[in-house]
Amino acid sequence: MIMLEILSGFLLAIGVFFGLTGAIGLFRFPDFFTRVHSASVTDSMAAVCILAGLLLQSDFGLTAVKLLFILLFLLVTSPTASHALAKAARHGGLLSIPEHKHSVKGQD
Amino acid sequence: MAELIDLVLLGMLAATALRVIFLRDLFAVVMLFGIYSFLSAAIFVSLDAVDVAFTEASVGAGISTVLMLGTLALTERKEKVTQHKSWLPLLVVITTGGALIYGTLDMPPFANPDNPVHHHVAPRYIEQSPQEVGLPNMVTSVLASYRGFDTLGETVVVFSAAVGVLSLLGIRRRREPASGLASESDNTGQADLSESDPGLRAHEVLRVIAKLIIPLILLFALYVQFHGDFGPGGGFQAGVIAAAAFILYALVFGIGSGFQVVSPNVLRWLTPFGVLLYAGVGVLCMLMGGQFLDYNVLASDPVHGQHYGIIAIELGVGITVFAVMLNIFYAFTSQTERVGQ
Repeated sequence: MIMLEILSGFLLAIGVFFGLTGAIGLFRFPDFFTRVHSASVTDSMAAVCILAGLLLQSDFGLTAVKLLFILLFLLVTSPTASHALAKAARHGGLLSIPEHKHSVKGQD
Repeated sequence: MAELIDLVLLGMLAATALRVIFLRDLFAVVMLFGIYSFLSAAIFVSLDAVDVAFTEASVGAGISTVLMLGTLALTERKEKVTQHKSWLPLLVVITTGGALIYGTLDMPPFANPDNPVHHHVAPRYIEQSPQEVGLPNMVTSVLASYRGFDTLGETVVVFSAAVGVLSLLGIRRRREPASGLASESDNTGQADLSESDPGLRAHEVLRVIAKLIIPLILLFALYVQFHGDFGPGGGFQAGVIAAAAFILYALVFGIGSGFQVVSPNVLRWLTPFGVLLYAGVGVLCMLMGGQFLDYNVLASDPVHGQHYGIIAIELGVGITVFAVMLNIFYAFTSQTERVGQ
């Protein structure tokens, strides 16, 4: 049981760490695509780690099953959301930083 | 610790509201409204009002955001700079706000067990509802049985919202190219059809994931609908969740495909059907010798009668909410396409 507690605490700490780095990245990264990357880390890694940590805390009943379903759902949906976001920006003609530099150079 | 969480949430709520006031980019405002709803839902959870939190998250953060984005697609993304002076509105708002704050001074302290609200009808609900209605979720007993009139009124309000939107906007069906025209200009007709109804054709990932997820959303909606007697949930939330599944379908595969699955004609019948089902249960109760919405007479055992009545009216609420949400979405989206053409 004590092993389970430690493992759960470890997962929760990792989740919080990734949530925090994701938030910092969202503010500090230079352009849209890098920011989407850091936001998607919050969506996938942080949420998954926190949910896994909570899963270990709950006794294996209906709550655990519900948490597991949320986990699976998030694993499918949040990368999709990030992908759709990045693709929509791409579709709208937003360039990444290297491409932007390249295109500016090409014009000169 | 609980106070700290409440304080942080309320602080974030206030910050979000202030940001909404000063932003001119309406797209960002819509997103902030979503955040605002989620924060409210979190506050409701910390107040142990899970049913309300569920409604706030599904209606406020889910459907409202989609509908407001639909409105933005019809109008503009930037707020216009107002030309006129806004001193009078400001004065009115400050006066009203001041009066409201003055009013709160007379309110009893928060969560005091001696408050009048805890001595009026709440003890009756808490003590008698397990025998009288017999549902594990007391919120559903109050909402659907003790306060059946209120909920009928709420359902009618939702219904009249749809009537208002439809009478203002209406749902425009896409014109099928007439057969004579199509043979005449076969190529252009084909191109038009694929051009005008692209959905998100380029987004293969979205299409695959949507196909994967839509059945699960519908299943969850049914669970919320019929599990509302035992846990948080009920007709309002289930209707919104089911509508969200179809809205996702219409967004990803194009509004034309959405019309093929649930046509506006079906919705036109479903919208009043839910309200009529609700009121019909009430009339049935009267016909069987009880009062309006007095479910006790529906079966030989009063508690069973309560269960039948609650399941029926929750279904009515769910159907109406579902149809209304989808109707409003259809109305907005078909208008957008018209403007686009």
